[in-house]
Amino acid sequence: MKRIKAVLITGRSYSQGMGIEFGKLSQQYRRIMNYCEMNEEDMKEIGVTAGSLVKLKSRRGELVLKTARPLQEVPRGVVFVPYGPWINKIIDEETHSTGMPSLKGIEVEIEPAEEHRAEGREEGGERLE
Amino acid sequence: MSEVRDVVCPFCGCLCDDLVILVEEGKIAGVKNGCALSITKYLNYNRERISKPMVRKNGELEETSLEEAVNRAAELLANADYPVSYGWSNTSCEAIATGIELMEEVGGVIDNTSVVCHGPSVLGVHEVGHPTCTLGEIKNRADLIIYWASNPLQSHPRHLSRYTVMARGKFRKSRDERTLIVVDVRKTYTARVADYFIQIQPGKDYELLSALRTAVRGEELEQEEVAGVKREHIEEVADLLISCEFGVLFWGVGLTMTGGKYRNIDLAISLVRDLNAYTKFVMMPMRGHYNVVGANAVFTWQTGYPYAVDFSHGYPRYNPGETSVTDILVRGEADAALIVASDPASNFPRKAVEHLSRIPVVLIDPRWTSTTDIAEVVIPTAMLGIEVEGTAYRMDGVPIHMKKVINPPDGLKPDVEILRMILDRIRAMRGG
Repeated sequence: MKRIKAVLITGRSYSQGMGIEFGKLSQQYRRIMNYCEMNEEDMKEIGVTAGSLVKLKSRRGELVLKTARPLQEVPRGVVFVPYGPWINKIIDEETHSTGMPSLKGIEVEIEPAEEHRAEGREEGGERLE
Repeated sequence: MSEVRDVVCPFCGCLCDDLVILVEEGKIAGVKNGCALSITKYLNYNRERISKPMVRKNGELEETSLEEAVNRAAELLANADYPVSYGWSNTSCEAIATGIELMEEVGGVIDNTSVVCHGPSVLGVHEVGHPTCTLGEIKNRADLIIYWASNPLQSHPRHLSRYTVMARGKFRKSRDERTLIVVDVRKTYTARVADYFIQIQPGKDYELLSALRTAVRGEELEQEEVAGVKREHIEEVADLLISCEFGVLFWGVGLTMTGGKYRNIDLAISLVRDLNAYTKFVMMPMRGHYNVVGANAVFTWQTGYPYAVDFSHGYPRYNPGETSVTDILVRGEADAALIVASDPASNFPRKAVEHLSRIPVVLIDPRWTSTTDIAEVVIPTAMLGIEVEGTAYRMDGVPIHMKKVINPPDGLKPDVEILRMILDRIRAMRGG
């Protein structure tokens, strides 16, 4: 299976901010948070398109997310995921004596994960931007 | 339908104070002047509200009286050896002050959300201080604005139009009188409206700040390219910085959450200090939660420290990395938690959440979140800036009175009253 190394950046967005106000238990919040944005060349390299499922692996764990076409240009080798409960499962808790975990600049591996669609993990990937 | 004017928005650190809220039959029917985030907040604030206090019995949350919930919260916190408290950036300064008194009483740790946003900025500022000013001065005077690792068109949507490039100031009246520089890994929406966009490689902020300092000081850059940015571009931007009349560097959590953390801020401060040899230059962190600056301010008045304050020795101690709630939870040391107006079960790393779910959690929050699922005691509250009034601090440190717009649902009290009830109960239990 094709896989690439990338730098994970978490961040805030309109969708994420509005999603919180729709309610954190709502389906809307789940749908608009549960995705990642990749560079189109990187997506081609591992053979996925917008809407495909990919697995992100960090040294702390792994997570399956739906890919979405970036609305804000993402350079090659970078993957963006909205800051929230899903991505926090695989970020590093190490704070380097500052109190702050590393929420940006995390090394990950990305590979296709279409086999997880049958498990109902295809939710997500919708944005309000 | 009635209008409530000059309402202050309780979403981000901009604290926009010009909203008009339309009220019909005691409910919010519309919002004028708000951004998409603000409008969404006002029109959905009542979704997923918790209506009654709850206590966990046999593994399930059951509705109970406020008195029983307060008693249970007081017992859990008073009987713990090393309780921690976290949140505090989405509530009033009055509630924060009471919370600090409470955690001092029980000899615990109190921390606020800066620990996972601009905590490293605070640490950087500790080193040498930083030149800053109010947003009003920037609106009226700044002719060069930098957003470094910040995307305000998504996170603080009215920042540009109220305070910077698109604001009509006293001395800078139009967009063409100001230069906008954006430094980011991604070509963000804010980058698209910039005059100069510097696309930096991820995690290379320290390198680019160093290169800019070199160029600003008139020294020659040896490398052709630094952090993915060509030498000519760096020198061109350095010339712009030197030649402006009033510059401002706004920085986002892109500088604090990546490698280097507070050292990035230290270097950004050094760059601004260097620039002040040539011109007027100030800087300001783009604070997220609407009262996170208030949390830092009230913590500092009362304890001497802005966050991560440990009272377990009987006096305030501050050593982020040791006394920060994130680290304490990861190390598995806390044996009870008081969470106020926050959702750490969503926002903390997995290992911290795992420990939080093993200890009794007292949650004071208006809405259901992932943290409700792991709480032992849940006490719902009225919302500041919508249902109750209080004080919050804008990102530039200006305190602003948050208005009440409508009445809260029956039985819901402000955070400050609930915290006072818990504190009084703990003191009564201890014979005080």
